Amino acid sequence: MTEKPTMIAFQDVHKYYGDYHALRGITATIRAGEFFSLLGPSGCGKTTLLRTIAGFEGISSGAVMIDGRNMAGVPANQRPTNMVFQSYAIFPHLTVAENVGFGLRKARLPKAELATRVGEALEMVGLKGYGDRAAHALSGGQRQRVALARALILKPKVLLLDEPLSALDKKMREQMQVELIRLQRQVGITFILVTHDQEEALVMSDRIAVMFEGEIAQLADPETLYRRPNSRKVANFIGTMNFLPAEILSEAGGKIEIEAQGFGKLTLEAEQAPGAASGDGAAVGFRPETLTILFEGQTASDRESMAVIEEVVYYGDMTYYDVRLDGTEKPIRISMRNVFGRPVLDIGARTRVAWSPGALVLFQ
Amino acid sequence: MSAGQRKTRWRDTEAANGLLMVSPTAIYALLMLAAPLGTILLYSFLTDGYLEIIRDFTFANYVEAWTNELYRSVMIRSLGVSMTVTLVTVLLAFPIAYFVSFHVEPSKKSLWLFLITIPFWTSYLIRVFLWKVILGYNGVVNSGLIGIGVIDQPLDFILYNVNSVVITLAHAYAPFAILPIFVALEKIDRSLLEAGQDLGESKFVTFLRVTLPLAMPGVVASVLIVFIPTIGDYVTPQLVGGPEGRMVANLIQLQYLKLDNYPLGSAIAVSAMAIVTLCSVIFVGLNRRYLKGPK
Repeated sequence: MTEKPTMIAFQDVHKYYGDYHALRGITATIRAGEFFSLLGPSGCGKTTLLRTIAGFEGISSGAVMIDGRNMAGVPANQRPTNMVFQSYAIFPHLTVAENVGFGLRKARLPKAELATRVGEALEMVGLKGYGDRAAHALSGGQRQRVALARALILKPKVLLLDEPLSALDKKMREQMQVELIRLQRQVGITFILVTHDQEEALVMSDRIAVMFEGEIAQLADPETLYRRPNSRKVANFIGTMNFLPAEILSEAGGKIEIEAQGFGKLTLEAEQAPGAASGDGAAVGFRPETLTILFEGQTASDRESMAVIEEVVYYGDMTYYDVRLDGTEKPIRISMRNVFGRPVLDIGARTRVAWSPGALVLFQ
Repeated sequence: MSAGQRKTRWRDTEAANGLLMVSPTAIYALLMLAAPLGTILLYSFLTDGYLEIIRDFTFANYVEAWTNELYRSVMIRSLGVSMTVTLVTVLLAFPIAYFVSFHVEPSKKSLWLFLITIPFWTSYLIRVFLWKVILGYNGVVNSGLIGIGVIDQPLDFILYNVNSVVITLAHAYAPFAILPIFVALEKIDRSLLEAGQDLGESKFVTFLRVTLPLAMPGVVASVLIVFIPTIGDYVTPQLVGGPEGRMVANLIQLQYLKLDNYPLGSAIAVSAMAIVTLCSVIFVGLNRRYLKGPK
């Protein structure tokens, strides 16, 4: 795959609100045509960063470049970006068509052409024939579609989405996620999504920047982020991660020798420690689905340990077990798919657990 | 539904409760508002006799009220004054309301509103008198301007004419005009203004296309709140209006108390009311597309 050109570049961006340091040296690039997510807990600066792109928020130092052009001093109305607001910001005094056509007035199109383009935009978001409706008579999902049409009709270089799905119910949200991905592929515009929902970010993005306290903690594609998080914080924010204490014995030639509680002596590849790890207080982390509880007669493909089941949570398609490996103090979580023929085990049962060194990640 | 429920006594129903709650106000309004209004309406169709009212039905009072040059000119002047006052007041109130809503810190907004109501701490009458002191021949404005050498003769166009009535009324009604506009501006979702700019419009055009239409319900309310009472204002024209500043309320007072012509006074009063109603209805009608609002 050839590298796409850069659409947005942050160069050591800092932002202060009085004494509060909201953005602490953001340096990152977003590629053209990419579906990029800013993921983080509330207050981490992700919305502030998005608003510096839109031009609603100035920066204290550094530079924001859009398509090679420094945006310093360029007001929001002259930037090649459009935004879908968290509240959707649909103009309540206008009809759906007037909302969608709002930004086209400056283009002074003939009436017929304006109507055609508004119609096309509405059709693209699945609201064909809704043009004459009053904006306040729309449902949440419809408002969002209007907001999308209103932004996309201007053919921006970058579409900014500020937690657009957070106000929708679960079903609607999942449907809109799929539709947003489809729309992004169709129009080919760079989408930048702000979200605090890790699942949403994983589902939709080409790449994700995880932010904590005004800094980007890790910037990677969803799979890398999930499989090889570079810190415990990132690991905990995205999905569930088990940790067991480990000691680093030696490091040489791209191999790391460790001794981990419950697993014993192991040799890991260097890429299994994406964050620097050394000395005391290290830990190995692993996802609940990377371990397997073996039933009688089943053999492990790699390694095997003995464990006691301490808690069972039954979810229908899945069962979550809290098990304690022999030689460890705290239980770890294992998730098993309830495939046909697999029994659900009871609390207190002793069982064999299969695992593989390749699924482990070393953290400081 | 069981028979027992259906037999619930009327006075326990919600409708009865509601009626019970509004009835003191309703009775008060009927006695103090509807009854006098009815009486005036009735008077306006009766015939004036010397010191008494003759119970002969007639349209003569209305013919007099609408054809007599004096009455007509006073009525037109009243309309003109109150339209000017409304225009001046609302135009001055809007920037103040806008400033408090958009540029004052949220924690200080109530302080600002409190400050805006300060003129109400003194009685209306005293405030009107104060304007006399300010605008008079030897008043604050004239002696000030003479003192700093801007003029050497006192200005006489600022008291005892229509101008002084407009100035005084505009000041008196300013808070009434500010508050509804402020409320309408406060209700505007600030992200709408960002959206306007995001979609390529400048701040000023966003104001025209988003802020102003959304503030219109407040502006309409302000216009009505100022226009309706000022047209019938009595005290201000009486005290600072002089002979050229007389308005319709002064004329009605003249008919009732000086000339003892209740029927003609009533006919002028009813006519004034009709004109106010008509103007208000036309104004609301012109702005009805702004007033629909979300449900």
